[in-house]
Amino acid sequence: MSRAAISLGLATFATAAFAEPMPEAVKSYGPAEAETSVLVRGTTDIELFEPVLLEFTEGSGDVRIVYEQWGSNDLYLASETDCRTGGATADLVISSSIDQQVKLANDGCAAPHRSDETTALPAVSNWRDEVFGTTLEPAVIVYNKALVADAEAPRSRFDLIDLLRPEDSRFRGRVATYDIEASGLGYMFAFADAQQATTFGSLIEAFGRSGAVATCCSSTIIDGVASGEFLIAYNVLGSYALARAQENADIVVVAPNDYTLVLSRAALIPKRAAEPEIGGALIDFLLSDAGRAALRAANLIVETGGGAQPALRLPENPDISLRPIPLSPALLVGLDQHKRAEFIARWRATFPKDVGDAELP
Amino acid sequence: MMREAAPRSRIIGSLRFRLVMGIVLILAVGGVAVAVAALAYGRSAAQQSFDRLLIGAANQIAGSLTLRSGEVIVDIPVSAFELLSLAPRDRVVYGVFGDDGALITGYQTIPVPTGNEVFYNGIFAEEPARFVRVTRQFAERSFLGSVEVIIGQTTEARRELAQQITRNALIAVAAVGVIMSGLAVLAVQSALRPLGRIERDFAARSSKDLTPVDVDVPREISSLVLALNRFIERIDRQLNVMRTLIADASHQLRTPIAALRAQAELASEETNPDRQLRIVGRIHERSKNLSRLTDQLLNHALIIHRADTVDLEALDLRTIATEAVAQIDQSMSDGEEIVRLDLPEASVMCEGDALSLVEACKNLINNAANHGKAPIIVFVRRAGLRARIGVRDHGRGIPEAMWADAGSRFTRNAGVSAKSAGLGLAIVHAVARAHGGRMDIERPSEAAFEVSIDLPGISEGAV
Repeated sequence: MSRAAISLGLATFATAAFAEPMPEAVKSYGPAEAETSVLVRGTTDIELFEPVLLEFTEGSGDVRIVYEQWGSNDLYLASETDCRTGGATADLVISSSIDQQVKLANDGCAAPHRSDETTALPAVSNWRDEVFGTTLEPAVIVYNKALVADAEAPRSRFDLIDLLRPEDSRFRGRVATYDIEASGLGYMFAFADAQQATTFGSLIEAFGRSGAVATCCSSTIIDGVASGEFLIAYNVLGSYALARAQENADIVVVAPNDYTLVLSRAALIPKRAAEPEIGGALIDFLLSDAGRAALRAANLIVETGGGAQPALRLPENPDISLRPIPLSPALLVGLDQHKRAEFIARWRATFPKDVGDAELP
Repeated sequence: MMREAAPRSRIIGSLRFRLVMGIVLILAVGGVAVAVAALAYGRSAAQQSFDRLLIGAANQIAGSLTLRSGEVIVDIPVSAFELLSLAPRDRVVYGVFGDDGALITGYQTIPVPTGNEVFYNGIFAEEPARFVRVTRQFAERSFLGSVEVIIGQTTEARRELAQQITRNALIAVAAVGVIMSGLAVLAVQSALRPLGRIERDFAARSSKDLTPVDVDVPREISSLVLALNRFIERIDRQLNVMRTLIADASHQLRTPIAALRAQAELASEETNPDRQLRIVGRIHERSKNLSRLTDQLLNHALIIHRADTVDLEALDLRTIATEAVAQIDQSMSDGEEIVRLDLPEASVMCEGDALSLVEACKNLINNAANHGKAPIIVFVRRAGLRARIGVRDHGRGIPEAMWADAGSRFTRNAGVSAKSAGLGLAIVHAVARAHGGRMDIERPSEAAFEVSIDLPGISEGAV
């Protein structure tokens, strides 16, 4: 079953890469007869983002919002093409591939937006007044507490490495993480891991030795943990994991003790947006107290303070361990063709491609 | 009344205004110069700082280049871009080009310089950008040639830093300017304060106060105050002459004129022609005295007035003596007295007013003629640098006790003698003083009496 899931994921990616970039799903909000209609493109799942958009349309009157859910690479390609060719474009793009968003802004594809909300943002969440970090989603370790005792469960990367070390470890082959070739987000997390600590080298080595599974997509991985196929998932997006934890009490989410990367979905207004004011208003809403509350309710802002969810195991010292990935041109390095090829080659060398690879058409 | 009639001095600008304008001009020119310098400095400082970041990043990338089976591998260090992120809002563009000029990795659109310059300016994403090019040479069996690393960055942070440096410099300049202006105003006020003191001194004076200005003044305007004081002194002296003349005239003339009137009344009532004739003779005698007195009063005033108004000139005292004797001889037409001259061979030069000196000399001769005994000798002598003109007679002269007061008016008899108003020696004394000399009274022997004027002489060569 696992093999099938993996091959499906890869196959989807392979098809999407060659076809015309298309949204995965579309849904509209607000009055159908509204004069102004804005197009929002995002990588966030519709069901997760819906309450936030609904709250916005309620407060902003005669505006209709069309939300397109995209895969991150397709979304980048579409935005980049729109920018280059001057075609019709979205009014707001919100992507979890913040490196690609920064590249769009760097290459002059974003329109600046300034407001009280944007100026209040910390420097790591605002680049050039063009790219804004809207959410707070930690990269977490997820396990199923029905299958893994709390005492045994890893609280840091060191614990995870130690768990995988014994030849007869029951975790062998039952740890899952993103396939960094298939998942832009997985690549970005892995790349950021490599910048953060030398632990990363030992970790992928342990993954390689123990036959960990590299696969696509947060949902696949979390499904696997829920079903018991995987005992532990590494570098999963905390927002999705916590959303699942609300339905499944067995799911436990660990923000690693050594360090926890925190992703902030990046919003930008394309340079040729037809309704940049409404795009800006939506950004301001996302950054406002009401917007943050809605994002918090959708788990897109993961509470790491007093109101943290019971399923979330916070690091002992959140101030030091929680590390936001800053919006800065340094993210461009990871997108460099050579750098990416080198990094993936290094990953591949220690983490041989799954047998599922052979099943690709 | 006087004030309205007085001509107003023409005002040609204000001293304070001129000083302030001068200082303001200097500060303004200096400020502009500093501002221009600050602008240039700010630009170059910002350019240099960010150029260093740029070349640092380019060198890091060039250092990361490796060869793998003849292929150039670019492993861009994240630190290179973190370095560039120190310009927090600037876009970054980069490209690595192989020996054949083909892009290895990066942006195909990056502008490539035509020349050999390391730094150059260009455009990226419709914004001005600064570029650096670093070349790395490879000399391996598998790859022989050079690889170029080009990095560009937009210039927002540079401009901001340049503006910040310039702005700070200008704020400093403005602050210094304001402080300097304040100090300059204080300096101007302090420099002009003595003028205010002089003004207050004059304003506080009564109309009769002609004393010299007595305020502390700096060297620069002490000459002005000195000239002012000389001017005041002259006015004071001339006023004194006038006062003296009026006082003397009223005092000295009243009695003789009253006497004259009494005689005239007597004469008009006298029926005896012989007695009437005698009275007329007395009237004539008194008129002569009155006329002499008037002459002397006027002369005295005239000489003192001249002392202030006439410039002194070089003259020979022998000429003065000769002239005085000649004038006396004329007036004494009856030739009753014989005045002799005792003159040296050489000229006796001094600076003086000929008219005053002749008048003084005549007065001495008259005195000698009236009070002394013949022979009367007018002499001129030279003693070293001093020149002397005087008259000697062979009478008893003035008693020694009165010598000290001899120069004052009317001391002798506080009234009018039969023949003299007593002003003779006062005139001589005044002339001597006006010439910077003094009047000497001597008794060289029992039978001789001498009054002379001692003057500072000038050597003949100097004339």
